[in-house]
Parts: sequence; structure tokens; C-alpha cells
Amino acid sequence: MMITLNGEVLATEAATLSDLLAEGGFGAKVATARNGDFVPAALRAATPIAEGDRIEVVAPMQGG
Amino acid sequence: MPVFYGTQVDSALMLGTAQYPSPAILAEAFRVSQAGIATVSLRREAGGGQVFWDMIAGLGTRILPNTAGCHTVKEAVTTAQMARELFDTSWIKLEVIGHADTLQPDVFGLVDAARILTSEGFEVFPYCTEDLTVCGRLLEVGCQVLMPWGAPIGSGLGLNNPYGLRSLRAHFPDVPVVVDAGIGLPSHAAGAMEMGFDAVLLNTAVAKAGDPVSMARAMALAVEAGRAAFEADPMEPRDMAAPSTPVLGKAFLA
Repeated sequence: MMITLNGEVLATEAATLSDLLAEGGFGAKVATARNGDFVPAALRAATPIAEGDRIEVVAPMQGG
Repeated sequence: MPVFYGTQVDSALMLGTAQYPSPAILAEAFRVSQAGIATVSLRREAGGGQVFWDMIAGLGTRILPNTAGCHTVKEAVTTAQMARELFDTSWIKLEVIGHADTLQPDVFGLVDAARILTSEGFEVFPYCTEDLTVCGRLLEVGCQVLMPWGAPIGSGLGLNNPYGLRSLRAHFPDVPVVVDAGIGLPSHAAGAMEMGFDAVLLNTAVAKAGDPVSMARAMALAVEAGRAAFEADPMEPRDMAAPSTPVLGKAFLA
């Protein structure tokens, strides 16, 4: 299925958000959102990935 | 020293972490300035997040994540939720940007987002204008800190509306108020502190100085001097000269 991960359209077989993070090789220090809604770390394994999902994976960054 | 949501901070200087020439210069700027709070952000992970986080954690300062770049209530709320988990703090510098050229806050969206976030247990630091009504609304929805701009973000123009800032200070004497954005020089920072504000938050003025470390130190000195001056109860200005040397006893030589 096709999803959008951090703005890039890609194909994935990941069943859950946890799987997707593992597939993408993300480290532990990230936070996630699915279709504009925050997904707490504890709920990632129970959050299914569906066709057309927009997933955001963010990390600490410089800010003012 | 300022107290935000029950937490006393060791310095009235709050410093951003963006735009420094190098991580080493950033760390040194924090070390020499002894800034009490570091602002940080969230961006799409493209590698480097962990390294940045390790460096920031090493500064030993309190962390204030922001929602910079958010233009809608929804974006700002989701970003705040992600920041709370990532940085393990309920503090959030809430920015809801309303205008692309001035980065002026969308004060209507700001109040809406602040209401949602305070109801979810966040401790909101709203980036706002000096408008009394807006600030009153922010307090009504649960904010216990205000962060009015001095001037547009990154402009270095200083305190653009001294009347408005003075008026805000006078209207809300017991609310911690931070002048955020627009500070370009130590004199601007000192000016804000002389008016009785509790802290200043700046970033570009230090990070984009030719020598950021020296500027960080200058800002820290200015903040300290401005606060000391406020506490010393400055004299009232007057239009006419008044001799400071006693007139009585002057030799008659004409």
C-alpha cells in the first residue's frame, strides 16, 4: 500500500506504526502523528497503517 | 528570578538553540550566559535528532519546546502533544503564526489552542502580542505566563511599542511576562527588564552575531543590569535640568 511518510509517498507492508518505524530505521527519540493526530509511543503497536495514511515522525531540533 | 508555573528559574535570560555557527558555539553561548531556559523545536526526523538531543541535555538548562511554524490550532495542538512526549515536559511555547511576513501570532487561534492545551494539562507559554484584551483572554483560558513580542521574530528591532509593553506590565503586575522576539541588542534586553518584565527570550541576536559567545555574555549582563535597575526603583525623568551639584555654598566669583 502507498502512504505518505514525512511528506514522501512510499510503498510499505508495515501493518502497524511500530512496524513502520522499524522499517524506516528510526531511533528511539521520535514522536509520531497519524493523519494529523498525535499517536503516543505506547499506542504505536496498536495503531494500524492504512492506504493513504499521512504519517509524521519528528525528532528534537534547534528552535527559538 | 522568574517563577513559571511554580518553578523558579535561575536566570531571566531564555535563549534559543537555532542558527548557531556550530554546536560547540551554541554550548559555549549557554555556558557563558548561564541562560536558564533553552527553547527547542520538533522537525521531521532526517537523522541528527538524537545527537542534537544529547547535546541539549548536556547543557543542564530547563527545556521549553515550541510549536514554531504552526499556522493552525490543530497543527499547534498536535505539535505540543508530540513535544510533551519527546521532551518529557508539560511546558510549551505556543506559537500559532498568523502572518507570513511579520510572523505575527494569530491571536484568535492562539487563544483557542491555549484553551485546549491547558485543559489537557499543558503549561502554556503563549507567544502573543502586547494587546491587553488578547493577554486577558489567554489568562482566562488558563495561561499563567505571557510572552509578548518586542518586535517581529528575527528582526532585531527591539521594543517596538514601549507604551504597549508598559501598559501590559501595569495591567498584569503579578503575571510572569517574558518579552519574546525582536531583541537585537543588549540595550533592548536591558530596556525590557527595566520595565519590570520577568525575563527575555532571544535567539537570533546571539546566534547571528559575529561572535555569538560574546553576545550571549553581553545579553546576560544586560538582563542582570536591567533587572537590578528595575528593583532599584529608577528616578522619574523630567524635562528641565536640575543641578546635581549643590548650589548652596558656591563661591561668588562673577
